[in-house]
Amino acid sequence: MSITVKIPAPLRPLTANQSEVVVEGATVQAAVDELSRKFPGLKERLLDEKGALRRYVNLFRNDEDIRGGAGLATALAAGDRLTIVPAIAGGR
Amino acid sequence: MSRVVILGVGGLGCPAALALAESGVPLDLLLIDDDVVERSNLARQILFREQDVGEPKAAAAARRLGAMHSQARDRASFRVDFENIRWSGSTGAALLRGADILLDASDNFATRFVANDACIAARVPLIHGAALGWEGRLLTILPGLTACLRCLFEGPPPGPLPTCAEAGVASPLCGVVGAAMARAALQVLAGKPAAGVLRRWEARTGAERPLTLRRDPSCACGILLPCPSQ
Repeated sequence: MSITVKIPAPLRPLTANQSEVVVEGATVQAAVDELSRKFPGLKERLLDEKGALRRYVNLFRNDEDIRGGAGLATALAAGDRLTIVPAIAGGR
Repeated sequence: MSRVVILGVGGLGCPAALALAESGVPLDLLLIDDDVVERSNLARQILFREQDVGEPKAAAAARRLGAMHSQARDRASFRVDFENIRWSGSTGAALLRGADILLDASDNFATRFVANDACIAARVPLIHGAALGWEGRLLTILPGLTACLRCLFEGPPPGPLPTCAEAGVASPLCGVVGAAMARAALQVLAGKPAAGVLRRWEARTGAERPLTLRRDPSCACGILLPCPSQ
């Protein structure tokens, strides 16, 4: 099933400056794997060496924080929107 | 008067402080920054002028705000003080004493998480604002009631990440986010907070994409101030 992934500006250099991309995946993990195949380097920015979501990055399925649910095992439905939200600190 | 503490008097802190000072609401402002004004700051840090280059930011900003409308105001309706000091785990609690709200406009993750923790411990509402590149963020945090920064991100990234000075930031975006921080602060002070929603702006398109956050019961804020449902 196709889902739309919203790419934040800091990661767009890895997606040829696309702000959203469409991937296939029945779970968040599958979608991230597919993202990784399409856009090398992206997975490393999202997951640590153990395959867990990095502590300073969050993923939302539609408006739902996946950490509050099944995490990377969160099921996806066709038409879902997966939003990547990395921490940013800039203020000056 | 409400005591409002602004942490970081830079791209976000300047417009936030200006908007608050112009709001007409009786305010006692405390500006905190340990940095000095650089020429490269002038394009987006709107309280500073060329003659301020080399001066401590907090002092220069307080001087400018204090001089505005000085004839029309008295110290019973507006006061502004400053501290040329770095916020840390050891200085934060004292700087937060008596505060009704903190606006975090700092520029590094370490300070942001320490400020978050201090607000949770002191139960002081926190307005979190950030801007980098073309993206701006705003989150109102009510300790014990809504998600804190650690509910959203478990902790800061390792090592240094680009700051505005290094990665760039769209100057108009600073004004948008800074003014929104001021508005959010006034909403809290008026007892009508819009908390628990992460607001995100894409300055290139003007799009705003809010995300509703939930408290994480396993977060330190959930342990210190348990969720009402627990």
